Amino acid sequence: MITIYERPQSLTANTMHYCPGCTHGIIHRLVAEVIDELDLREDTVGVCPVGCSVLAYNYFNLDMQQAAHGRAPAVATGIKRVHPAKVVFAYQGDGDLASIGAAEIVHAAARGEKISVIFVNNAIYGMTGGQMAPTTLIGQETTTSPNGRDAAVQGYPIRVAEMLATLEGSAYISRVSVHNNVNVIKAKAAIKKAFQTQLEGKGFSLVEILSTCPTNWGLTPLEAAKWLENNMIPYYPLGEFKAAKEVGS
Amino acid sequence: MAKVLMKGNEALGEAAVRAGCRFFFGYPITPQSELPHYLAQRLPEVGGLFLQAESEVAAINMVYGAAGAGARVMTSSSSVGISLKMEGISYIAGAELPCVIVNVVRGGPGLGGIQPAQSDYFQAVKGGGHGDYHLLVLAPASVQEMVDLMAKAFDLADKYRNPVMVLADGILGQMMEPVEFPAEILQELPAKPWATDGARGRGPNLINSLYLEPEKLEEHNHRLFEKYRQMQEQETMAENYHTDDAEVVVAAYGSTARIAKAAVDMARKEGIKAGLFRPVTLYPFPTEEINQACAKAKQVLAVEMSMGQMIEDVKLSLNCRLPVSFYGRVGGMVPSTRAVYNEISALAQKGGEQA
Amino acid sequence: MEKVIFAEDRCKGCEMCTAACPKGIIVMAKHLNSMGFHPATVTEQEKCISCGNCYRMCPDQVITVRKEEKK
Repeated sequence: MITIYERPQSLTANTMHYCPGCTHGIIHRLVAEVIDELDLREDTVGVCPVGCSVLAYNYFNLDMQQAAHGRAPAVATGIKRVHPAKVVFAYQGDGDLASIGAAEIVHAAARGEKISVIFVNNAIYGMTGGQMAPTTLIGQETTTSPNGRDAAVQGYPIRVAEMLATLEGSAYISRVSVHNNVNVIKAKAAIKKAFQTQLEGKGFSLVEILSTCPTNWGLTPLEAAKWLENNMIPYYPLGEFKAAKEVGS
Repeated sequence: MAKVLMKGNEALGEAAVRAGCRFFFGYPITPQSELPHYLAQRLPEVGGLFLQAESEVAAINMVYGAAGAGARVMTSSSSVGISLKMEGISYIAGAELPCVIVNVVRGGPGLGGIQPAQSDYFQAVKGGGHGDYHLLVLAPASVQEMVDLMAKAFDLADKYRNPVMVLADGILGQMMEPVEFPAEILQELPAKPWATDGARGRGPNLINSLYLEPEKLEEHNHRLFEKYRQMQEQETMAENYHTDDAEVVVAAYGSTARIAKAAVDMARKEGIKAGLFRPVTLYPFPTEEINQACAKAKQVLAVEMSMGQMIEDVKLSLNCRLPVSFYGRVGGMVPSTRAVYNEISALAQKGGEQA
Repeated sequence: MEKVIFAEDRCKGCEMCTAACPKGIIVMAKHLNSMGFHPATVTEQEKCISCGNCYRMCPDQVITVRKEEKK
C-alpha cells in the first residue's frame, strides 16, 4: 500500500479557520503542492494579505510576511529585490488586490516584478462580513449592495486578469477556477506555470482563481460551486491572457 | 577623509550608503527630492537598489518587505508623504522591523508649502500612526550632523528592531555645508536570523503584527514599551550651549537651534545670562538633560518653526516648575536672530515671574 | 486495507468530497466529530479506486489516499 495523496510538506498540520466548503483551503493546498514539486519549500517567501487569508501564515510551512491591506505586491517587491534568487509569492483576495491595492498590483505588473500573485476572486469581502467587492457581479446581493449591485450606482465588476495582461511587464496571466475536479487540476497547472515563469525570470505572473464563499453567498458549498459556474465564469472567462510560449513547456 | 561641500539631502544619501544601506524605496516630493536623485545614481554603484514606487504608501510597504527580508533599507519624504506612510510605519513598529525614515519637513497642513518647517514634531514623536508605538527620532542641526546621525540611525534601528526617523527640514535638506564621511563603506552588517530569506535548514520565520488574542497583543505592547524604556535610559542626546549659569534657557532643535544660538550670543554680549538647550533625540526626549540645563533658569523659551509642539514636552519634562513661553514662525517663515533675541531680553527683564 | 483515510476531526462536513467521488461511496457519518460536524467517511473501502478526486476537492486536508503497489 503506497500513499499517493496526502498533505503537502509546504502546508502545516494546523486546521484551517476557513468556513466549511470555502475553497481557500484547496487553493492553499495547490500552491503548497506546486512548491513541493518544484522543491522550493526552503527557498520561498510568501506574503499574505488582509482578508480571510490573512492567517495563511499559520498554514504555509514557509517563511511568511503579513502585509497591510492591499500592499502585498509592494511587500513582495521589497522581499524579491533583496533576495532575487528566492521565490516570492503574494496571496491576495479581491478586496485586497482589486480595491485598496489596485495601484500596487498594477505597478508591480507594470514593473515586471518577478513575483507570482495568487489572486483569489470570490466576488465578495469574506472576513469583514460579506460586503461588495470590486469583483461583485451586477445584481449580486451583498451586505453593502443589499438590493443587488446596481451598475448605475456602484459601477461594474473589474476583470483583473484581462486588465493586467495589457501590461508589458506581465509574463504570465491566467484565470482558473477550483469549483470542481477538472478545474482544480487546471488551476494547479496554472499555478505551476506562474512559479516557473518567476523561476525563469520572465517577469510578473498572476493566477486569478475563481473561488467560492458559501457563508456570505448564503449557499451550501455545493450550491456555491454551481453558482460560481453559472454566474462567475460567464463574466470572468477562464483561460490564459498572457503566456510566454516556452514557459515550463 | 577630506571635507566635501555637499547639499544636505545628498549628504544624507551618501551617509546612508556608507552605513551599509543598500535599498531605498521612495517617491518624489519637494523639498527632499535631491536625496532620491542622489541615490538613484549612487546605489547602483555599490550594488544597491533605488526604486521609485507608485506612491509613498507603496514605498513604505516595500521598505517593510525589504526590512523583513533582512536588508538595511530606508525611505525619505516630506510631511505630506510621511502622513501617507503612517499606516506602514505603524506596521513596521508592530512587526519590529528596523528601517530609517527621513522626513525633510515642509509647511503644513494639507498641501501646505514647500518652505522649511518643524510642524511635524507631534507626528514624529507622539507616534503619528495608529496604536501605542514610538519612532526613535533624531534631529540634526547641520549637514555634518545629518551624516553622523544617519549612521547612528541604522545602528539604533537594528539594535532596537524599530523604525528610526531622521527629522530634518527644508533648510537642512537644501543647504550646502562642508562635510566629512566615514572613510569606508560598512560591509558586514548585524546578523538577522529572524529575517525571511527562505527557511533553508531552519523553521519558518514570520514577519507579522497581527495578534487576534487580546492577551497576546497586550503582551506584545508591553514588549515594545520595554524597548522604549531602554531607549529613554540609554539613547537620549542633547547639546548644551552656555546653560551652566543661564537664567533664560532657549529650547530649540534643528535649524531653529542654530538661529537661537546666534541670539544667545547676542544676549550674552548684552550681559544677559542666556543659554541654549538643543535636543538631538526628540524621542526619547532628553528629560534629565533639560532639567540640568535649566538648573539656574528663571525663564524658558521654546522656539520652533511651528505653532508650538515641542513646547509641550519641554513643559512636561520640567514638570511645569518653570515658566515656559513660546516664540515661533510657521508656514515656511523662518525666525530671525533679532526676533529671538528680543524675546530673550524681554524674558530677562521678567526674572522669575510667570511668563 | 484502507485506501482512503479521513482525519475525521478536521472535517467541517462541507460534503464536497461526496459529490466528487466517481464511485459515490463517500457518505456523511451519523456521529459528530470534535467540532460538532458529521464527518465524511467511506464504509465500502473495497470500491475505492484511489482516484484522489475526494482529496482534490477537500479544502481541509482531511483525506489521505493510498493504493496497492503494483507487483
